[in-house]
Amino acid sequence: MIAQLTKDERQSALVILGVMALIGLTMAIAGHDDPFGVHGAIVLVLATLGVFVMLSGYFAPEPSDERLSRYYDDPAKVGIVLAMVWAVAGMFVGDWVAWLLAFPDLTFDAGWASFGRLRPVHTSGVIFGFGGNALIATSYYVMQRTTRARLPDQVSPWFVLLGYNLFCIIAATGYLMGVTQSKEYAEPEWYADIWLVIVWVVYFVLYLRTLARRKEPHIYVANWYYLAFILVVAMLHIVNNLAVPVSFAGVKSYSLFSGVQDAMTEWWYGHNAVAFFLTSGFLGMMYYFLPIRAGRPIYSYRLSIISFWGITFFYMWAGSHHLHYTALPQWVQTLGMTFSLMLLIPSWASAGNALMTLNGAWHKVRDDAVLRFMMVAAVFYGLTTFEGSFMAIRSVNALSHYTDWTVGHVHAGALGWVAMITFGSIYAVVPMMWKRQAMYSAKLVEAHFWLAVAGTLIYVIAMWNSGIIQGLMWRTYNESGTLAYSFMDSVIAMHPYYIARAVGGLCFLLGTLIGCYNLWMTIRGPVPEIAHDPAHDRPSPAPAAAPALQPGE
Amino acid sequence: MFFNFQYRLERKAIGLVIGIIAVASIGGIVEIAPLFTIHQTVEDAPDMRVYTPLELAGRNIYIREGCYACHSQMIRTLRDEVERYGSYSLAVESKYDHPMLWGSKRTGPDLARIGGKYSDEWHVAHLNNPRDVMAASIMPAYRWLLRNELKTSDLSGHLKAQRAVGVPYTDDMIANATADAYGQATPETPFAEGVVKRYGEATNVRAFDGKPGELTEMDALVAYLQILGRLTDAAKQPATAAATTPAGQPEKKP
Repeated sequence: MIAQLTKDERQSALVILGVMALIGLTMAIAGHDDPFGVHGAIVLVLATLGVFVMLSGYFAPEPSDERLSRYYDDPAKVGIVLAMVWAVAGMFVGDWVAWLLAFPDLTFDAGWASFGRLRPVHTSGVIFGFGGNALIATSYYVMQRTTRARLPDQVSPWFVLLGYNLFCIIAATGYLMGVTQSKEYAEPEWYADIWLVIVWVVYFVLYLRTLARRKEPHIYVANWYYLAFILVVAMLHIVNNLAVPVSFAGVKSYSLFSGVQDAMTEWWYGHNAVAFFLTSGFLGMMYYFLPIRAGRPIYSYRLSIISFWGITFFYMWAGSHHLHYTALPQWVQTLGMTFSLMLLIPSWASAGNALMTLNGAWHKVRDDAVLRFMMVAAVFYGLTTFEGSFMAIRSVNALSHYTDWTVGHVHAGALGWVAMITFGSIYAVVPMMWKRQAMYSAKLVEAHFWLAVAGTLIYVIAMWNSGIIQGLMWRTYNESGTLAYSFMDSVIAMHPYYIARAVGGLCFLLGTLIGCYNLWMTIRGPVPEIAHDPAHDRPSPAPAAAPALQPGE
Repeated sequence: MFFNFQYRLERKAIGLVIGIIAVASIGGIVEIAPLFTIHQTVEDAPDMRVYTPLELAGRNIYIREGCYACHSQMIRTLRDEVERYGSYSLAVESKYDHPMLWGSKRTGPDLARIGGKYSDEWHVAHLNNPRDVMAASIMPAYRWLLRNELKTSDLSGHLKAQRAVGVPYTDDMIANATADAYGQATPETPFAEGVVKRYGEATNVRAFDGKPGELTEMDALVAYLQILGRLTDAAKQPATAAATTPAGQPEKKP
């Protein structure tokens, strides 16, 4: 892969890695009696490793200019592999903590192995590790095809991908050491946050530079969503992570806002992390790979427009539904509830657009597990957004909030929608990117599909039950007008559901492992004689001058 | 017309960028900015005190161990919650909480008013192994809290950072942070008197972990748990009104 880089690019990569090694060394020395120093050492070791890898290929001959007539897919390929690695890690930890809730002594007598520290490893591992890598990798692939332009250079895509993974590693190792801001889904401390801002700015500039080179007059809908994902996540991340560090050689910081303002900012962030990380970006994925796989154009351009601007506008108001009946002023709660209900319109416009696109291709859905992954994802997207609007209603929220129902809702979205559309897209893109005719085994894709569906259903149904039982037990009164159940009664009642949930998670994890094996065998397998026709997969103007695959418009 | 506008807009990357930023900013500006300017958002509580250095250290351990993932600190204005946990939480009670720990999930019970509800001995035994106290508990055991010595040398820096974000710590408090942390867990010493002088007569000064000579992480965490809900008496006033509100009905704000 280093042979693909020009001499200049190899040099700038070495400079970047050298600077990072120095930063790591400084951090390690300054924070030697703090987890900050451990993170410095991690940066130092990884950057030094990078320098050695660079040097090992440094004197290889320069690549020919022929590469400029092809898309640049190396970073996307690595991103897909990293996404699967994080998926296994994040889901494994998730299932471990699920078992801990049923059998709390199933762990070691050490801080790093306790529920409170492992839980963010799970959430960040799957959301940022798995989801983020999948988004970055597919966005590289999709933006090149839909603009028919090659990535503008060969260093910044690597910087974004590997820099982002460094952020994920800092985050996950930090949690194990107890380094956390305690803001849900924004747990990493100030220095990791600053690093992510740098990576993200390069990502945004890279996206704009590629769009600027486009040979298509119109920007395809998938790119609107990827753009919204990049832009709004930056806004949310910066505002929610404003903090004052105790020392520049230590991990601890105190958030700028406190109490009610902090709570509102956190859930404005939290809910829109769902919107712009877990929805917008993955809709971008869906708008490209679903029509490609189904072989049909997107059903309606106008529905795409309505859903895109609706999601971008309405979601930003909805965060306060996480704070019903709290000390947050009631007018903000009411706004949040109202916009959450209106949000159903653009959400169902997207889900409907996806399902209508499949009209005329339902026989493919029947036969092709890859397309079925995407179909089920669209169905779960529709179900989850309906459930979300429903749970945002104040009187429903009185019952559902603080219970496992919320956990069930999140996993219906995360397993049913995000993971399914990602697996579908990965199975679609891997043969195209690695120039194979198909995945190594269609049967294994089928097995993965059914394990994933079964796992999701077991998980979600268990959590619906436990959540509603919990909520009802907390508010049940007996004849004499006092509370009927102690809190402990409700904990005991959860036990069977917690076991069921852990079993469901295990099914899902097994499916992912099968997917990894299938992916590995596809990548390592022989390149077939009659490969995927490269003439259809070139930036314009390509030697063959054939149009690249273009869904929709 | 809207569709035609989009048809033209999507030909310009920069147009899309500006459009997305503009459309996505409105919600946050309308909902968050007024919370800083409307005075009624946070009630007045003249008797509100700040966390002592030991309690702040305990709060940081609470954050470090991820306690907020399973315990909320926000009692909603619902009858059953008020009867189970105490009067509903006021905004002012988390005024000095950087960050807030309202939480989003009750795998365990709410802790907003846990302070003073159980003895120190109960907390120590419970944190050391919850199943020694409640057989069916699913909370993790935090045995290392009793083993780990509390790091106090940098507490002045912590108080300074807290002051930078708006918590009214005095120079005196900042200068004596380390000594105060030690004093609060070592009664009947000059250090203990300093804590009472700076943070008030009502401050808990005890050997929280039952070992007067040693300052452990257990001391800090128990000190923090014992002050939860007791930094101000502001919530005691509306408690009776909340108890008569029917379940499921929001409080009518005047």
